[in-house]
Amino acid sequence: MSASSVILLQQVHRSFGKKPILQEIDLEIFPGQIYGLLGPSGCGKTTLVKIVAGILEPASGETYVLNERMPKLSVMRQIGYMAQSDALYTSLTALENMLFFGAMYGMSTAQIKARAEEVMTLVNLAEDRHKPVQAYSGGMRRRLSLAIAILHCPPVLILDEPTVGIDPVLRKSIWQELQELARQGTAILLTTHVMDEADKCHTLAMMREGRLIAKGTSRELQERIGVSGIEEAFIYYGGNAHES
Amino acid sequence: MRVRALALRILNQLRHDRRTLALMLFAPIFLITLIYFILGGNTAPISIAVVNAPADYLRNLEKYNVIVQRMDASAGSIALERREVVAVVSLLDGKASVAVDGTNPAKVKLALAAIEGAKISAPAVRPDLRSDVRYVYGAEDLSMFDNMGSTLIGFVIFFFVFLVAGISFLQERTTGTLEKLLSMPIRRWEVVVGYVLGFGVFTVLQSLIFSSFCIYVLKVMMVGSFPLVLLTTLLSAIVALTLGILVSTAASNEFQMIQFIPILIIPQVFFSGLFDLPPVIASFGRIMPLYYVADALTQVMLRGGGLADIAVDLSVLLGCAILFMVFNTFLLKKYRRI
Repeated sequence: MSASSVILLQQVHRSFGKKPILQEIDLEIFPGQIYGLLGPSGCGKTTLVKIVAGILEPASGETYVLNERMPKLSVMRQIGYMAQSDALYTSLTALENMLFFGAMYGMSTAQIKARAEEVMTLVNLAEDRHKPVQAYSGGMRRRLSLAIAILHCPPVLILDEPTVGIDPVLRKSIWQELQELARQGTAILLTTHVMDEADKCHTLAMMREGRLIAKGTSRELQERIGVSGIEEAFIYYGGNAHES
Repeated sequence: MRVRALALRILNQLRHDRRTLALMLFAPIFLITLIYFILGGNTAPISIAVVNAPADYLRNLEKYNVIVQRMDASAGSIALERREVVAVVSLLDGKASVAVDGTNPAKVKLALAAIEGAKISAPAVRPDLRSDVRYVYGAEDLSMFDNMGSTLIGFVIFFFVFLVAGISFLQERTTGTLEKLLSMPIRRWEVVVGYVLGFGVFTVLQSLIFSSFCIYVLKVMMVGSFPLVLLTTLLSAIVALTLGILVSTAASNEFQMIQFIPILIIPQVFFSGLFDLPPVIASFGRIMPLYYVADALTQVMLRGGGLADIAVDLSVLLGCAILFMVFNTFLLKKYRRI
């Protein structure tokens, strides 16, 4: 255990009824690290990020965020969380959504308005901030969700499939921003299905049936099994009966 | 701070959602207006065919809100068949033979009362011995609507607030915003209180409009103080609100939420004092919030009761609201333990 780690999971277990969802999860994420969770649908990625976010609790094992045992409300204030579904109030405008979520994190109205300018420009929605969210397309909603997750400048960012439904050009600019946030010291934990995104993560963890079966950089994972390309590695780790 | 932000957000959502706004404000008014026409004072006159009767009998009959139609026996039976008249009367030597269409008991009752009543000639009773009637509560011309109106006001508000608050809280879950909410540093009780406050502010407006409409436009019998009526309807709305979001926490979708209406809401109507029930069954009303709403409103509107007369009712309602909120905070543990 390193004192400087931002997220630390030790032997985390969770089950749904008798079916184990997560088993023996050990994970450590440092400031400025972009950590990708890669794995087929239903392998437990979302459950894992929800435990880190403090929404769910493990049946056994320990979760620490910013050196505090989770779940803890004061720590949850330091986390930006973007769920798989766009959790937005569709009858409200984008700005009204931001005013609400910002207030939940204890920001003042003036702070929120100033910061909303920045993040909305970042996700290319500045023009549309007074439109009701129900008039937004799927991709716009995803971008707004992301903007809300980083609204309060959290040192820990948890993103559950952040770029689903976002076109390649915008995805590129969002990744540039994530890398910039990481440079400033934000720890980012994200789940993804998109292979070129996996390549951009500093560290990757392959997940299968509730277990972390391989960890390392994209290159390490490929070299370990002698393939070139993360897609092949994904198929190798996710598809066959291999256990490491 | 977070509670205030949540309450403001709910008001903002209502402001943008015109249809829900209209439902909350105008549907109750529409409903009570319909009930007003059904139960209101002006009952339609009934038609009775008279085959053979003295002229003063006909005059007496007309005093009973009856349209008298003179016709012969065969025309009378045809009119009865065509449902143009409720009864056909023929009077011989003071004895009436009556043929009635018995399909509508309420009309038959009125017709028979008129036919019997018209037989008694007016001066039979000595004027100085006529009963001296004094109306302690209510008035001589009190209609069914006056009698039931107070209870109905409470019920209509209760029903709509329950529905809208419940569904709105449920949507929080189905759209995934509850999960997002619970990933933030908000406490469970803050969620519940924020909801109650947001909708609470709105129900003040709703109660004000609705109560004013009933009292000043429909002119339902009202002898008590208007602020007390408002306070009672507001408490009724708060109970409905807390019950609605409590039930929606327990329900897993909109359909299940609707299923709670026949279980939780409709039975309360029967126990609220609108209908006479056997005492043992009626006593079950004591465990239903609407019973206390109806009791308080009747006390104030029909009997001119003051705050002291309805203090117990209001306390029970406040107690219910607090109980539901505490229980709801507890139930939310299902979604996040802390």
